Amino acid sequence: MQHINITNTRGPRPLEQALKITMVACSVIAIIITIGIVLSLAFEAYRFFQLVSLQDFLFGTKWSPQTAIRSDQVGAEGSFGAIPLITGTLLISAIAMATATPLGLASAIYLAEYASPTTRNVVKPLLEILAGIPTVVYGFFAALTVAPMIRWTGTEIGLEVASESALAAGLVMGIMIVPLISSLSDDVINAVPQSLRDASLGLGATKSETIRRVVLLSAFPGIAGSLLLATSRAIGETMIVVMAAGMAANLTANPLQAVTTITVQIVALLTGDQEFESAKTLSAFALGLLLFTITLVLNVVAQKIVNHFSEQYD
Amino acid sequence: MNMAAEEKKSDGAVPTVPAIETEPLITARNVDVFYADKQALNGITLDIPANKVTSLIGPSGCGKTTFLRCINRMNDLIDICRVEGEIKIGGQDIYDPKVDVVSLRAQVGMVFQKPNPFPKSIFENVAYGPRIHHLVKSKGELKDVVERSLSKAGLLEEVHDRLDDPGTGLSGGQQQRLCIARAIAVEPKVILMDEPCSALDPIATARIEELIDELRENYTIVIVTHSMQQAARVSQQTAFFHMGNLVEAGKTEQIFTTPQDPRTESYITGRIG
Repeated sequence: MQHINITNTRGPRPLEQALKITMVACSVIAIIITIGIVLSLAFEAYRFFQLVSLQDFLFGTKWSPQTAIRSDQVGAEGSFGAIPLITGTLLISAIAMATATPLGLASAIYLAEYASPTTRNVVKPLLEILAGIPTVVYGFFAALTVAPMIRWTGTEIGLEVASESALAAGLVMGIMIVPLISSLSDDVINAVPQSLRDASLGLGATKSETIRRVVLLSAFPGIAGSLLLATSRAIGETMIVVMAAGMAANLTANPLQAVTTITVQIVALLTGDQEFESAKTLSAFALGLLLFTITLVLNVVAQKIVNHFSEQYD
Repeated sequence: MNMAAEEKKSDGAVPTVPAIETEPLITARNVDVFYADKQALNGITLDIPANKVTSLIGPSGCGKTTFLRCINRMNDLIDICRVEGEIKIGGQDIYDPKVDVVSLRAQVGMVFQKPNPFPKSIFENVAYGPRIHHLVKSKGELKDVVERSLSKAGLLEEVHDRLDDPGTGLSGGQQQRLCIARAIAVEPKVILMDEPCSALDPIATARIEELIDELRENYTIVIVTHSMQQAARVSQQTAFFHMGNLVEAGKTEQIFTTPQDPRTESYITGRIG
């Protein structure tokens, strides 16, 4: 009979164990840090809510984070109503999405359905360069080019435009988001099986009928997911609004006025020397927690939609 | 096998093209197809009779699907594909520059290998064609067309109470019949079928084959199949393709009993393929 040697003569394999432990340790560190960040956000926010009630924060319509130097000072009481910040954030994000959705979707459809492979290989990387521009560059583009241009145009046609209008920040943010939408949507449109296009064309539908009635319909959940991800990106975007949006917490829906956003206020509250016991400084953590909650919910919903979509054709 | 019942004539006449006495609806003359530099079809000449089922058989890669896709110009969708020669349907050259491909495809419907219902309701799947071609004027008329098409495809009984359910929720065989109903709803003259049963189980296959036999009354059907039994069961004319050439075409009975070409004989007896 043939003898096969299967007894372990080398002893345990230490490298295998060591590698495994290293990898587990690395992933645990990443998770612990994330949990730590969320917890510190939560703890500081909790301290803030001992000074200002949750209700005043979430539903208050006046944002003016002051801390008195003397107790008898005029306006000693600060107001920490986040509503103007939330509406400002939403206004700018809405303008950004209104700009980015048609541009991004149209480019995605063009790339996926009309462009020849050669064109696609040139245009797609070009679009993705937009995603590589540092947001600070977009920021000064918004503050120094777009905002004055809008203000000038507005003045020419007799409109009063703030020099740091929501419109300027929103438009530039929209341009920044275009590659995000076009790239994700392009992927989902490409994932629509060719057999569905064939079916539609085989019935005598034109190319545009096929795209409108079959391709976009099939890709809709994925496109919706990509739009939600883009929205969440817009809401969390900081640099452009710090440079181009205002500081004044106006409660307005007029895109020509200056508004401020959650991110801008966090930056303003925490830059410079700060005393960490005051409600003013702590409010930054409450705002951070609010922002985190909004984007987390959007991301989870978007991810769910996208996953659901990708399972559909497996 | 019901082919014996279809054509009783068996005097062993030498098959020529055209093989069947009926006036041909589709005539192909010297059709060459190229994918970039590679020639996929060499000078195909074939007549396809009206209101008959013509099956295209042959080993994988022999060009039968390529030929099928020439008949409704689906090959136009492949950039590197070039078609030469002449294909006429009802006397009209379908590669004439004046031809509107969209109208052509409305007249020449297609059923694909894998059932491909749209991610819409059963009703909307069938209503798709009539809607894009504005074939109906009212909601009631549309409902009639949808139900008539489903009924012709033998699916209405199974789905009449759930027309609003997604078409993708049906079984494979039902999905394929839904695709046939969708094609019929446009009222084409010709239905092209590209291995319509290859993704189906034997019972669903039998159901589709019955359906093909019924549809022959109103439509001219061209079917690509890998199954020789299927070709024998459903078709009246068979064309055997091999390596881009049309080797032999004739009455199905004839092809399967007294093939003229040794390659046909090898294929039907299972020596090549």
